[in-house]
Amino acid sequence: MGYERQADYGTPAKQGAANVTLNIDGRAVTVPEGTSVMRAAAECGGEIPKLCATDSVEAFGSCRMCLVEVEGMRGLPASCTTPVREGMVVRTQTPRLEKIRRGVMELYISDHPLDCLTCAANNDCELQDTAAAVGLRDVRYGYQGENHLGSAPDLSNPYFSFAPDKCIVCSRCVRACEETQGTFALTIEGRGFESAVSAGQKSDNFLGSECVSCGACVQACPTAALSEKSVKAIGKPERSVVTTCAYCGVGCTFRAEMRGNQLVRMVPWKDGKANRGHSCVKGRFAWGYANHADRITRPMIRDAITQPWREVSWDEAISFTANRLNAIKAQYGARALGGITSSRCTNEEAFLVQKLVRGGFGSNNVDTCARVCHSPTGYGLSRAFGTSAGTQDFDSVEDSDVILIIGANPTDGHPVFASRMKKRIRQGAKLIVIDPRRIDMVRSAHIAADHHLALQPGTNVAVLTALAHVIVTEGLADEAFIRERCDWDEYQDWARFVSDARHSPETLEPVTRVPAAELRAAARLFATGGPGWPSGQRKRPNGAIYYGLGVTEHSQGSSTVMAIANLAMVTGNIGRRGVGVNPLRGQNNVQGSCDMGSFPHELSGYRHISDAATRALFEADWGVTLDSEPGLRIPNMLDAAVDGTFRAIYIQGEDILQSDPNTHHVAAGLAAMDCVIVHDLFLNETANYAHVFLPGSTFLEKTGTFTNAERRIQMVRRVMDPANGYEDWEVTQLLANAMDLGWNYTHASEIMDEIARLTPTFAGVSHARLDAEGGLQWPVNEAAPDGSPIMHVDGFVRGRGKFMVTEYIPTDERTGPRYPLLLTTGRVLSQYNVGAQTRRTENSVWHGEDVLEIHPTDAENRGLKSGDWVRLASRAGETTLRTLVTDRVAPGVVYTTFHHPDTQANVVTTENSDWATNCPEYKVTAVQVTPSNGPTEWQRDYANQAEQSRRISREAAE
Amino acid sequence: MSNGHDTNNHLIRMANQIAANLAAMGHDQAVAETQEHIAKFWDPRMKAGIAAADHAALSPIALAAITRLTASH
Repeated sequence: MGYERQADYGTPAKQGAANVTLNIDGRAVTVPEGTSVMRAAAECGGEIPKLCATDSVEAFGSCRMCLVEVEGMRGLPASCTTPVREGMVVRTQTPRLEKIRRGVMELYISDHPLDCLTCAANNDCELQDTAAAVGLRDVRYGYQGENHLGSAPDLSNPYFSFAPDKCIVCSRCVRACEETQGTFALTIEGRGFESAVSAGQKSDNFLGSECVSCGACVQACPTAALSEKSVKAIGKPERSVVTTCAYCGVGCTFRAEMRGNQLVRMVPWKDGKANRGHSCVKGRFAWGYANHADRITRPMIRDAITQPWREVSWDEAISFTANRLNAIKAQYGARALGGITSSRCTNEEAFLVQKLVRGGFGSNNVDTCARVCHSPTGYGLSRAFGTSAGTQDFDSVEDSDVILIIGANPTDGHPVFASRMKKRIRQGAKLIVIDPRRIDMVRSAHIAADHHLALQPGTNVAVLTALAHVIVTEGLADEAFIRERCDWDEYQDWARFVSDARHSPETLEPVTRVPAAELRAAARLFATGGPGWPSGQRKRPNGAIYYGLGVTEHSQGSSTVMAIANLAMVTGNIGRRGVGVNPLRGQNNVQGSCDMGSFPHELSGYRHISDAATRALFEADWGVTLDSEPGLRIPNMLDAAVDGTFRAIYIQGEDILQSDPNTHHVAAGLAAMDCVIVHDLFLNETANYAHVFLPGSTFLEKTGTFTNAERRIQMVRRVMDPANGYEDWEVTQLLANAMDLGWNYTHASEIMDEIARLTPTFAGVSHARLDAEGGLQWPVNEAAPDGSPIMHVDGFVRGRGKFMVTEYIPTDERTGPRYPLLLTTGRVLSQYNVGAQTRRTENSVWHGEDVLEIHPTDAENRGLKSGDWVRLASRAGETTLRTLVTDRVAPGVVYTTFHHPDTQANVVTTENSDWATNCPEYKVTAVQVTPSNGPTEWQRDYANQAEQSRRISREAAE
Repeated sequence: MSNGHDTNNHLIRMANQIAANLAAMGHDQAVAETQEHIAKFWDPRMKAGIAAADHAALSPIALAAITRLTASH
């Protein structure tokens, strides 16, 4: 498509119960009740001039440009704030209106710099368009009067600037910050002529204020007052391509606005079903890593990791790799080889990597980074409901009455969805937060949790069982739902189990550290909705549970997921809008990589490898024989490598050395292998141990699909040529063909056709359909031809919902005299995962290093203040970092992030893992914190070793 | 095929952890589920490793499950 703005209807769409028909300039139009006259006019092909109205925020009625004449109404109402009425007769273009509009425009322009030709918004400016629309030809007042011209711009934000002299004080930015983002960082300071947009307090600038740089204000601005610095630097885009963001699991869709092969800006796509036109600082702005100087675009090999890298041709790199793999297979057998698919790459790419491992290497040793984040979700939900995925779409939250967040930090990890959640809470939904830390959702501008259960890390199961105890023993269970939808006998066993006095909140309080009365109140609120219920025809509120890695990354991760499923079933909260169990996925394609058969025990669509019929289907299609035994999971691969039985690994788009727990053990495993192949954008930490580096392509350079947390499969479109020469699936195909597999895919769509052919839940998916329909939620098949926004509507996929008894078993990781504090880990808004992408952008201005949050009491006992260097030590290892003294964490708990390799927080995390899936227990590590002078010996050695192993000898290159 | 001492200890610990989390189902069902879990999720070398390891440290449920698993293979 060319470059043009998306249509703006002026005010948001309404879902009125009845339709209303009216007449606008002689045209009849029918719209839902509650729609504005402005929107109705736009829907029947007209355009009423406007400045303060845009369809992402509610009407404001301040600019007086959109006045209309309505028969029988006195005066000239603003069309943005006037709702339609049956039989209304509206005139939008009359000489009287034209005169008034021109007069208003004249006033605006008398205090506006007339530098249009050199302005970044030239030809992309609503003020300019509106001046043209009203036919402004003259400004009678002159330009010499008092004005705002020449005021200094605010350039503090790295990505956008604010030029007050170009501001028309329409307050669209202020309203976008409130309504769309929910941060309330912006305001209008002063009155009348003094009115000015201000970020935070008067003394703040954009960077110093509460602004989270989501870009909603820039998106809403009708002039160049708020504009992207990249547009100023490059110029107006000439074409745009809709694609899907490669950061978190929300899966926002964007218009990549291009000039030739150069990305000018990423603009949130209003029709994106996951983001509805909103964005965050990562997706909208943090894409500069794609062209960063650190990016490696030529293949490299070396015989030993002590040698420098040698740049070689693709042919040489691929044949070197294939020869090594073949030799290892001949000597040690197929089970000595394996691979890791990427949750950052496309479905098509993940599918091909597991196909290469199973069909080419000949083992089932394939795993994915979901192992270390959401593997317990797959296991737990599959057992309870029969399918390994969340039950809702994101829109569902608009109908939730009580929201329960456990072990997730949506404002930082899933910011665009957090904004939608906050909007619903501002509308009156109740909120329960279960988290050891006082996350922003607990209390921030205009939202507050009704209950914050600040539990001791590692006690999720105990808290959830106690909630169930209260619901069952106080007679709040939805027995009608349970009898109809679940296995009644299993329910009764479970109900007896949770009703036991040892599961009461009072008994468990010493373990969970959650006050029993607070926990009881939270349970009652979730089950009954609190005061005001029953409401009308509805006896029970819609309760929705959202959770993240604070649930899964524990020794009882799988039990916690099942306990969450139990809680949803016992309260009847499955199978309709507003309810459900919603895992918030960490990476863009965690859901997809799991769907694609990336786990060692199952083929695509979650079918166990031991199932002969499923295996036969793949064997016939691929012309190979598959191993019927499950393969190794990532931690098992590393154990086997240390034992000498696992010797080669192909890792696509994953940095296991930095992201996986117990760095020493990961390093020992990698060092023990004969062939480590890293396929990535950068020489990541894992590449220090690699023999082959295959340069990867960014999401801007490839075509394929990502599947987000709501099971929505969306197109990723190539907007520029791969800097390395190949899309990632093409590189996998080169390797496969060097191993004589004879693949001949010419386009990613052919891989999706194969996935659809072999995977019942994807049967109806193709790139052509995704192009036409803009995203589909699996299952898409004969039973659900248009996809499945909400699952388990008429019954559970497995038949009857299964209540699983979940005994609380404390983790082996205990505090004691040597390690008296519990460390838990998480993320911040501006950085993403191991930081490989975001650290290579300006996002580091918000978070330049990992810091350790520590409670004032614990800090005082150790003589620490904010900014001090400390040594953080566990049984597994130690590192150093700086402190932040804060009561966001409870006494006895410390918290940090793992975005920076200098800190290597995973040096201290342990090998403890989830009992069912071996998902590492990142969230609980017993540690000691002591004052320190600077980096540990390990950090210094590591930095030296990393520098050594990253050497590239360029003489050998052609 | 050699499994290191550490790896065997790790396997024993994993089996005990699975058994402990399923124990609330009652002995018989927990043994059956533990056996099934290991059959479904462990690779052949891990299964062989635990079969050959010293079983003294296995919990009763884990021991019964491993014994059955070994017999069925």
